[in-house]
Amino acid sequence: MTANGVLQILLFFGVIVLLVKPLGALMAAIFERQPTVLDRLLGPVERLIYRVIGVDPNAEQHWSVYTIGMLLFNLAGLVLLFGLQQLQGVLPLNPQGFDGVSSHLAFNTAVSFVTNTNWQSYGGESTMSYLVQMAGLAVQNFLSAATGIALAVALIRGFVRQSGKTIGNFWVDVTRSTLYLLLPLSVVLALVLVAEGVPQNFDPYTTATTVEGVTQTIAQGPVASQEAIKMLGTNGGGFFNANSAHPFENPTPLTNFLQMISIFAIGAGLTYTFGRMAGNQRQGWALFAAMSLLFLVGAGIVYNAESEGNPAFQKIGLATAATDQQAGGNMEGKEVRFGITGSALFATVTTAASCGAVNSMHSSFTPIGGLVPLVNMELGEIVIGGVGAGLYGMLLFAILCVFIAGLMVGRTPEYLGKKIEAQEMKMAVLAIVLVLPLSILGFTALASVYPDGVQGPLHTGPHGFTEMLYAYTSATANNGSAFAGLSANTPFYNITLGLAMLMGRFLFIIPAMAIAGSLVQKRRAAASSGTFPTTGPLWVMLLVAVILIVGGLTFFPALALGPIVEHLKMATGSLL
Amino acid sequence: MRSQLRPAILLLLVMTIICGVIYPLSITGIASVLFPHRAGGSLIVDDGRVIGSELIGQNFTRPRYFHPRPSAAGGGYDAAASSGSNLGPTSKALIDRVDSLATALHQQNPNQAVPVELATASGSGLDPHISPAAAAFQIPRVAAARGVAEQEIRKRVARATEPRDFGILGEARINVLLLNRMLDAELGTR
Repeated sequence: MTANGVLQILLFFGVIVLLVKPLGALMAAIFERQPTVLDRLLGPVERLIYRVIGVDPNAEQHWSVYTIGMLLFNLAGLVLLFGLQQLQGVLPLNPQGFDGVSSHLAFNTAVSFVTNTNWQSYGGESTMSYLVQMAGLAVQNFLSAATGIALAVALIRGFVRQSGKTIGNFWVDVTRSTLYLLLPLSVVLALVLVAEGVPQNFDPYTTATTVEGVTQTIAQGPVASQEAIKMLGTNGGGFFNANSAHPFENPTPLTNFLQMISIFAIGAGLTYTFGRMAGNQRQGWALFAAMSLLFLVGAGIVYNAESEGNPAFQKIGLATAATDQQAGGNMEGKEVRFGITGSALFATVTTAASCGAVNSMHSSFTPIGGLVPLVNMELGEIVIGGVGAGLYGMLLFAILCVFIAGLMVGRTPEYLGKKIEAQEMKMAVLAIVLVLPLSILGFTALASVYPDGVQGPLHTGPHGFTEMLYAYTSATANNGSAFAGLSANTPFYNITLGLAMLMGRFLFIIPAMAIAGSLVQKRRAAASSGTFPTTGPLWVMLLVAVILIVGGLTFFPALALGPIVEHLKMATGSLL
Repeated sequence: MRSQLRPAILLLLVMTIICGVIYPLSITGIASVLFPHRAGGSLIVDDGRVIGSELIGQNFTRPRYFHPRPSAAGGGYDAAASSGSNLGPTSKALIDRVDSLATALHQQNPNQAVPVELATASGSGLDPHISPAAAAFQIPRVAAARGVAEQEIRKRVARATEPRDFGILGEARINVLLLNRMLDAELGTR
């Protein structure tokens, strides 16, 4: 570890803290339909959209209608994206002449982008045409992010409205978050990325003759426009196979820093939006504090593990010490321009936030360096989390936490003055305690014994097991990063991972919306001396403890079989 | 349910036009005016012939050139098939590869320990950079192959070294392709 490394991590966190308030206030204005600076430009577009799709923007929806609209919108997206991939061979903007992709891969990829997962069983530059990337995948990058944000806002409305029936209008929430938030930020970020070197063109791949006379084919494409929303929407699906490790996706340390900021910005800001809409800013800051604590500990562990590196490298006699002349540490799968700090921090950020973009290969991390990303995802993607998804996941944990606190003091639990009763608890437990482990552990167990599953991993032993565990964790948590040695482009993996993504997304969302629908009908009770405070350090620590205990107890046995065993093997120098 | 199906399909189509056509085409248009070289992939062209991209690593094997890191992209530096090795830290295949590369590199320069990145594959397989330590390690070989004093090479390496962005972000680095082209231009190609 170096002073510069610690400084880079703290600088990143400092910028995020500074962005929470302005972005959070902007989002509160967007969703409470107050004026924003872009109204004059985008207001007419917004009103035209409502006219075209035949929606009255002032008509609010019951939670069931809101949820059905969301499901149909996602289903339509899935069908369109599946079709575009199947037909890409006969559609335009396909200079490399790629054929339509196989139906199991098209299913997996369509589910993946619609659920904001962006798991990729394919390499972008060798599989997808420019049209599919631009008009298929990138569109779902916007819309799956907008869907997540809309749902988070709907759940907030459930907490803060009293004796109501409706939780907003899905079409308005999706339209406003796309137009006023995601698009403007993407335009700015895309142009900065091009200025730093990210390509943006529709040229066929370039054929170069290198200095030593070898032919090199260089993939091109409209990369910058897709890269921007890939980060801001916590999608993470790379234009190229190597994702943000590719110098065309992420050419400089500055772009790396901006990409990490973009991953966290909206999710962090939503905690402030929550506080603003709840009328108590401290409620939002408490959630942000719990997230920050878990994030900083994770970042520190990964950074330390990757700096220490692989003892086998030291035994061979390589120079692995960090100096001002080299990054040192475990450089397998990492890029020189990012070094250890920029890679370890990115890995923590991308898995904490359900993004899944990678700028280094997680499979080649040290066992402990790879364990933290796994744990980040298994906690349910609530450490900042995916845009929207992180906040509604965290709010379910808050419900669980007040319930446990209520049991300890013998009072009916309340959150923001709303009584948490049987209905809310059933739904929260269904989402957090049942769906996640069932999908992650169930599918991993299946892959570990089923012949088509066993053939997948690149490695044998604990690392091979971790490849499978990581895949189903990433899919269920809608993250999308990978221990990419796994050969996932097979019918078995494409279909089971597709199912895991669907379960992780929709079997989480539907209970969350049911909670919103139940809470919105209740009155907010005034706080009394007997109310358990949900702000302040005691609450933050209790919330963190509940998150770690629920996540830890559920997944510890699986982690013990994978990264923990591998760590012990690495320490003793045994190889597989 | 029927009432929600119509807006679902129509909003998807409207958003496909806005986010999937208008947005990327606008960015392409603006970028081609403001940053044409960057938007086109930062290509290096000599006499109408494309040599490569400033941002994409390419392989060098001759002793007179600085060598890049090992690459797992296709057959090595395949810029249409980016990839890392994905080998785990206890993989025998990884440790064997690192060991044999380290042995070969050690013979080139027995006086210095081999910098870790010269025996480890990058994440993209297209890493255009090496660290100052990895460049310093190769200076004796390059100088001998070109028949010039090490000092001549060392000062050009120093010129080619990019510091951390704003002095803080990322790591100091040297673009291998640009450095080798500088050597050829200033010290001759033979």
